[in-house]
Amino acid sequence: MKILIKNGRLIDPKNNIDTTQDIYIAAGKIVGIGSGPAGFEATQTLDASGLLVLPGLVDLSARLREPGFEHKATLESEMQAAVAGGVTSLACPPDTDPVLDEPGLVEMLKHKAKQLHLAHVYPLGAITRQLQGKQLTEMSELTEAGCVGFSQADVAITDTQVLWRAMQYAATFGYTIWLRPEEPYLASGGTAHDGEVASRLGLKGIPAAAETLAIASILTIARETGASIHLCRLSTAEGVEMVRAAKQQGLPVTCDVSINHLHLTEHDIGYFDPNCHLRPPLRGQRDRDALSQGVIDGTIDAICSDHTPVDDDAKLQPFGEAEAGATGLELLLPLVCKWADEQNIPLPQALAAVTTKAAAILDIPAGELSLHADADLCLLDPAQEWKVEASVLQSQGKNTPFLGLHLRGKVRYTLVNGQLVYQAA
Amino acid sequence: MLNPQLTPDGKLRHLLSTEGLPRAILNQILDTAESFVGVAEREVKKVPLLRGKTVCNIFFENSTRTRTTFEIAAKRLSADVINLNVNTSSQSKGETILDTIDNLTAMHADMFVIRHAQSGAAHLIAQHVAPHIHVINAGDGRHAHPTQGLLDVFTIRRYKPDMHNLRVALVGDVLHSRVARSEIHALTTLGVPEVRVIAPKTLLPQHVEKLGVQVYHDMREGLKDVDVIMMLRLQNERMSGALLPSAQEYFKCYGLTPEKLALAKPDAIVMHPGPMNRGVEIDSAVADGKQSVILPQVTYGIAVRMAVMSMLAGNSA
Repeated sequence: MKILIKNGRLIDPKNNIDTTQDIYIAAGKIVGIGSGPAGFEATQTLDASGLLVLPGLVDLSARLREPGFEHKATLESEMQAAVAGGVTSLACPPDTDPVLDEPGLVEMLKHKAKQLHLAHVYPLGAITRQLQGKQLTEMSELTEAGCVGFSQADVAITDTQVLWRAMQYAATFGYTIWLRPEEPYLASGGTAHDGEVASRLGLKGIPAAAETLAIASILTIARETGASIHLCRLSTAEGVEMVRAAKQQGLPVTCDVSINHLHLTEHDIGYFDPNCHLRPPLRGQRDRDALSQGVIDGTIDAICSDHTPVDDDAKLQPFGEAEAGATGLELLLPLVCKWADEQNIPLPQALAAVTTKAAAILDIPAGELSLHADADLCLLDPAQEWKVEASVLQSQGKNTPFLGLHLRGKVRYTLVNGQLVYQAA
Repeated sequence: MLNPQLTPDGKLRHLLSTEGLPRAILNQILDTAESFVGVAEREVKKVPLLRGKTVCNIFFENSTRTRTTFEIAAKRLSADVINLNVNTSSQSKGETILDTIDNLTAMHADMFVIRHAQSGAAHLIAQHVAPHIHVINAGDGRHAHPTQGLLDVFTIRRYKPDMHNLRVALVGDVLHSRVARSEIHALTTLGVPEVRVIAPKTLLPQHVEKLGVQVYHDMREGLKDVDVIMMLRLQNERMSGALLPSAQEYFKCYGLTPEKLALAKPDAIVMHPGPMNRGVEIDSAVADGKQSVILPQVTYGIAVRMAVMSMLAGNSA
């Protein structure tokens, strides 16, 4: 299969490319930019006039719900959602059922995902068995099975001794520890930011200190053990500042933010909209501004979708009982474009946070349009407006705070390994 | 965002919270309640305003007093009343809250009175029900208990008619109190110039001052020259633990005694939403004293609930 993509605006943040050029694909690889190799004869030509040709997105946090939660989503439905959103590589957290704490499970997940010939799946293994925070998993075996890092998903390790050992052990092999910083006692029972809105609505709050306290512990132990840390989904201004300081001191720490938190605040909860029940909670305006600033100045490396499909039965509950999370794979790219537009920053800079910089955290060859790189890319119509509605989402989860919103930017084609895996209807 | 309690033309469709209700509607409820006060004193304590209507009291959380007063109010309006304690039946079988509502709707209920332990439960139900059905929030988590807030305001208005010239103090567990939130919104909307909250920091929500209240931690200071003292109930499980060391210390600092009451205006009234913990938040001498209006609150509660139900029924599509 040889594909020629003509007349598109090529944006590749990694190589500082933003220009109208043709791109040539053969045998799953990019074989030419601007001009093709001698004798290249396209079997298919895509006219990309008016479209952006982008590296396939790399999403650092997408729950696929398999195994164990097939009533919320299946691997197939969510992989379809991924390519419909232009996401060609994604990392999934280990909080499936059973938990991704055994090599066999990881191999099975990788195998099933591969069979689908859609996006690439990079599992994060559990740090502790069954995420119970007690016994370490076989990190080396899990890595051989395909894990790219180790995570506790949303479950904190309360025992700092275990956290310390986990970081020491991971540092032995150079594995990265992924943690969403939240001190579990302060956050206990909380469902919203401990601010004005929660006070008014009578929701139990999660103070910003739950995040900063956890970051302080994690960074202290990381400094002692030399472990590489990735902090997931920062939500507070103070948290961003702590990471900024840690990076200035040269600690091997990276972090991400969910796209939801770059757009929304606690006020979006409105009259108890359960779609705004997220983890971490939506916080104040000041936090949102600081998160945006963090992405712009590079303190925050990546933006993720934090894709969490939830079934209606679990979502149509009073706010506090509704399961947290939002579907996001198909919204990530248009929401990043919207964010760049509102912040008035160049699109390539914003896209770096969902392509090359995210790929660097996973240490995978993705998120770029370099010559000889895997041909994972998507073609976006930046002008097409669409309304976020349940019926247009491929994901089995229809839960998103952005329901009803008109977004600009829709993926027209997605290619993985040089194969056309998605084409808009 | 449209206010979910109002019809598109601004009439009361559901009563979910006192927050966001226009002053005119609050006054309409209070004035209507005034006309129902006399009904209970007549020989036939019934009016036919809800004849043929079915009111479902659905209590996902236990309550005796609130459920009973709603039941009496509905019956005095000639409605048929069904009481359902859901925590003991279908919820334990795994039925969702909306399934329960759908089932009762299928039985042609006209009005739901909802009590639930989770903030926002009544909003969820109100968003879900058919257009001809009305929802009254009888207490959702820590969020709101609007009929209680309204009956408290009604009581205040009866004893202190000039709302624009009042100092009201709420004392106690504001953090967990849906009653406090409902009172604060009703009082500030009706133009009460000074609403105070008096509590230790552990029993106040973050940014409570943004609700339009003044914060006091010293009860003696906070009670100075107030016209109305509203005591809040302290749940047993909160009396000793990380929020408060003991009921004794709480009573010493925040219990209403005759000596502390003397700091308020001489004609100040004392209120409590009940049920009271005598000797924890309030001294019996005060609870039963001549400044106490705690029992009239209960009586007026029925009139206020009749007012709300009759207004909702009158605003049916």
